[in-house]
Amino acid sequence: MPAKNKHVITTEKLNLFYGDFQALRDIDLAVSSHRITAVIGPSGCGKSTLLRVFNRINDIVEGVRITGKVFHGSDDIYGPDADVDSIRKRIGMVFQRPNPFPLSVYENVVFGLRIHGRVDKSVLDGIVEESLKSVLLWEELKDRLNRSALNLSLEQKQRLCIARSVAVKPDIILLDEPCSTLDPMATLKIEELMVELKTKYTIIIVTHNMQQAARVSDDTGFMLLGDLVEFGKTSQIFTSPKEKMTEDYITGRFG
Amino acid sequence: MMRRLGKIRDYAIEKMIFISGIAAIIFVILIFSFLVREGGSFFGEYDLKNFILGHFWYPASDPPRFGILPLIMGSLVIVLGAGILAVPLGVMAALYISEVAPKGLKDLLKAGVEMLAAIPSVVVGFVGMVTLVPFIKTAFNIPTGLTALSGCIMLAFMAMPTIVSISEDAINAVPWNYKEGALALGATKWQIMYRIILPAAAPGIIAAVMLGIGRVIGETMAVMMVTGNAAVIPSGFLEPVRTLTATIAAEMGETVRGSSHYKSLFAIGAVLFVITFIINFIADTYLHKNKEQ
Ligand SMILES: Nc1ncnc2c1ncn2[C@@H]1O[C@H](COP(=O)(O)OP(=O)(O)OP(=O)(O)O)[C@@H](O)[C@H]1O
Ligand SMILES: [Mg+2]
Repeated sequence: MPAKNKHVITTEKLNLFYGDFQALRDIDLAVSSHRITAVIGPSGCGKSTLLRVFNRINDIVEGVRITGKVFHGSDDIYGPDADVDSIRKRIGMVFQRPNPFPLSVYENVVFGLRIHGRVDKSVLDGIVEESLKSVLLWEELKDRLNRSALNLSLEQKQRLCIARSVAVKPDIILLDEPCSTLDPMATLKIEELMVELKTKYTIIIVTHNMQQAARVSDDTGFMLLGDLVEFGKTSQIFTSPKEKMTEDYITGRFG
Repeated sequence: MMRRLGKIRDYAIEKMIFISGIAAIIFVILIFSFLVREGGSFFGEYDLKNFILGHFWYPASDPPRFGILPLIMGSLVIVLGAGILAVPLGVMAALYISEVAPKGLKDLLKAGVEMLAAIPSVVVGFVGMVTLVPFIKTAFNIPTGLTALSGCIMLAFMAMPTIVSISEDAINAVPWNYKEGALALGATKWQIMYRIILPAAAPGIIAAVMLGIGRVIGETMAVMMVTGNAAVIPSGFLEPVRTLTATIAAEMGETVRGSSHYKSLFAIGAVLFVITFIINFIADTYLHKNKEQ
């Protein structure tokens, strides 16, 4: 695992096109390890697109074209010998709508391990317990591991999806508006969880919710129409932004 | 005046729709009661157990013997063989069409599958008779190519469109975000298919298989043309067989109305009805399961 405060994700002149439409423009960004980095900005500015560049899940969109470089540590993840499946294993992702598989709670957690070839029952049992504990679901679900994950509450489902990412021991967890379908109480709980998880993982979170970014993140990037307008310490971005646009956005003058 | 006319028109249309709906049910009931009456009276003359389990179908000998076990076995062998061929092929084709094939090829394949469904069964049987039957004869070096295997292959063709198109619907209905979630964990396309898509689409695929098999059991023309129609209990795929449906079609014309032979064919019809009813019932149950997900 990289040492603290090293950059785990770096982009250089990153541009992304959906067909003719340019969704990201010359993004230069360096995400530090073991911190929570928030990406904020109005709808359609390219937050999700940026996040989905990091685990190459945009690859499956037809007509996507990328220029520039993206590094995970020192690995060029769009380089000629990049291994997409292993990148996705090292860089986990949690989606906006909780999407547990139509399998049992247990099978959801071990899914990533099974596809990467781990099948030893005692190892899997251990990881299930550890992963569910890390998302504070173990006590609630330890007697229901074989029940379908589809019957859980929304918040439990989202926690389970985080546990599922955590189980494969990634370096980075990407979260795309993970609380947007949750109520305020559940949202606070997930936020607490993120703060807890950053001791072990680097977290990048996309959010619409500026209070959320202010509450949980260490660094914040503000995006507008495909540009990364400003990037810096969250405290600085929210108190003394350098760019006029950033200030207008965080003071709610547009959004 | 106009308003009254409008009301009358509405009333008439409503009643017509109602009658059409009821007619469908009435026809089913009529056909069923006809089967029960004609076939049922057969069992006054002939023992049900001897009918189902009898080894010999000699309707014209004296005394006649109406054992349909060879026919049931014939249908079973055909269904089994066609299923073994059509189910894996059909499900894999559905997976390929919905998950792998690029857009252009996908549309082409879908159109192809629909065309396959549109070919009349006489034509399928005829083509099979002049191509497949001689091929099987020489390939296995047997006296005749009119065998169960020929029937299985032809019927696998006929079951494929149903299996492919209904399985494909079920596969397409698997929510996109399951796939995305699996992809984000580093799953390959193949792993997503067999760990997520197949299990999630399983009820729909089972329904597809049942409906495909239903078509195979009910099919008559093609099977009659290529299987040789020998009413003996088959011991393998390279022998002639005769199915329940082919028996009815082949013998109906030569029976005397009201005779035991005539009634026995209706009794066979009733057996077929029960079998297809059960299969459709299973298919329906699974289709509903798929919708509920
Ligand atoms: N698959 C795609 N094909 C074409 N254009 C796309 C595609 N996905 C996104 N876009 C466009 O790219 C731009 C950025 O989209 P993106 O989803 O990254 O925005 P976002 O900042 O996440 O917005 P939101 O806050 O609404 O989630 C939008 O204008 C969107 O319409
Ligand atoms: Mg988004």
